[in-house]
Amino acid sequence: MGSNLIDALFVFMLAAFIGFEVIRHVSPLLHTPLMSLTNALDAIAVVGAIVLVGERKSTFATILGVIAIIAATSNVVGGFIITDRMLRMFKTSRPAKAQGTKS
Amino acid sequence: MNAEFAGSQYVIEVIYLIASALFILSLKWMSSPATARHGILAGEIGMVLAIGGTLLRHGIVDWKWIIIALVIGSGIGVPLGMVQMTAVPQRTALSHAFGALCVTLVGTAEFYLRSPDVPKFMMSVLSMEVILGGLTFTGSLMAAGKLQEVLPQRPITYKGQNLVNFLLFAGAVGSAVYLVLHPGAKELFPVIVGISLVIGVLLVIPIGGADMPTVISLLNSYAGLSAAAMGFVLNSKLLIIAGALDGSSGFILSVIMSKAMNRSFTNVLFGAFGQVQTSAAAGQEAKPVRSATPEEAAAILAAANKVVVVPGYGMAVAQAQHKVRELYDLLTKKGVDVRFAIHPVAGRMPGHMNVLLAEADIPYDRLVEMDEINGDFPQTDVALIIGANDVTNPAARTDQSSPIFGMPILDVDKAHTVMVIKRGMSPGFAGIDNPLYYLDRTLMLFGDAKQFVGGIVKELGVH
Repeated sequence: MGSNLIDALFVFMLAAFIGFEVIRHVSPLLHTPLMSLTNALDAIAVVGAIVLVGERKSTFATILGVIAIIAATSNVVGGFIITDRMLRMFKTSRPAKAQGTKS
Repeated sequence: MNAEFAGSQYVIEVIYLIASALFILSLKWMSSPATARHGILAGEIGMVLAIGGTLLRHGIVDWKWIIIALVIGSGIGVPLGMVQMTAVPQRTALSHAFGALCVTLVGTAEFYLRSPDVPKFMMSVLSMEVILGGLTFTGSLMAAGKLQEVLPQRPITYKGQNLVNFLLFAGAVGSAVYLVLHPGAKELFPVIVGISLVIGVLLVIPIGGADMPTVISLLNSYAGLSAAAMGFVLNSKLLIIAGALDGSSGFILSVIMSKAMNRSFTNVLFGAFGQVQTSAAAGQEAKPVRSATPEEAAAILAAANKVVVVPGYGMAVAQAQHKVRELYDLLTKKGVDVRFAIHPVAGRMPGHMNVLLAEADIPYDRLVEMDEINGDFPQTDVALIIGANDVTNPAARTDQSSPIFGMPILDVDKAHTVMVIKRGMSPGFAGIDNPLYYLDRTLMLFGDAKQFVGGIVKELGVH
């Protein structure tokens, strides 16, 4: 338990630093899609809910877990769809200027 | 770890490891529009791997409800992903609420499964999980309601608001501490969750529209942190990483937004909530303004070399972005250099204006950030302001008594001619008079943004 806790704290600390460094470089142009993407990724909490429901420990836990899966899955699906829709709209006026994406 | 840590569990942990790496790459690729769509793909693969890996766990015996819930959730998610671009702020707030709901429910279930033998550390993070999750859930619902205009948008304030919030928060934390020390006091858990839900409502009640970008960012951060806390409870490194990434993303956005509104970070954490600016309404004698018709505005724009358009929330409300695009096309065809100046807090969430203009097919290299474009205003012939107010108010630079004094603004008053499309002379959200409107070089274009821009477009098309 104790060493697990310390491991977890290290992971949290490192991930937070990576998050800062990576996200600091996101162009303000993309702040809205960034937020919808992090939202979709954050919905990874669904794995906790899946385990809760799957292990069928109590009816109460199953009911809460099912609602939790629904809420998180809607974030995953909706978040990815809208982020993709937004990013498809961003076009540059300099045509075919070695832009990585095709669309 | 013990013998139960079977081979298949190593496989699952490796899958989680790959998913974590994909999540980080996903955010890294968001740094530029050219690679951003790879970022989505990476995120999607990571998500599918993580969910698939979880389903492999040998502890899972009940598939039926998982599948049903996944299907229903996807069914709700599709329409939520297909909303109009103008509705993105409320959709985002709603998804923060859903994320927080998931975290709070799982935390609650975990508590009752483990209680009363909850170790002290576990109980601490569990409390953090449900406090953050609970207040984010109701707070985000309130924000979504205000943005969707089903709730009154006016800030609702009362005396001692901050004190009440503080006492409630202290109550929640105090109950949590007691529960950590006395794990048997089960009945305190619903109290903690209940208080958190109430705090969420009270926190967002005093927020008006212009503060929404900061609040949404902050709620984003809380949602992430609550998920990370859940990761500690479940000992899931994947969740800790995803939560930390989301938490730091929201945190960075909050800092950017608070800087753009000239608020200190502590002010955002505690005081931005409920900071209602009282306007100095006294001495409002009707000062003369100059106004112009669409025909006159069209003639001035057509004669210009450099035009900077400043969009604000008013453009979104009037759904004028497509007309603005027509204006952009016509002027560009006439050889006018048209750019768009984007203030960080224009609109209702970070980056709101960029998305709307991109939706209208305006190339993103024409959208320029405040710091980059401010030096160009003295060489700009026309600054055309569409539905923006406080972010252009020169009082922020000069008038120490102004509530927005010190807030970085777009220096539109330095352009040769300033044109402001506005419905009437009513002050902006903050209730502050804008001296820009009384300058000699300013022309007020009174009317609905969409109709007025349409009028200019029609006029330009004729000639």
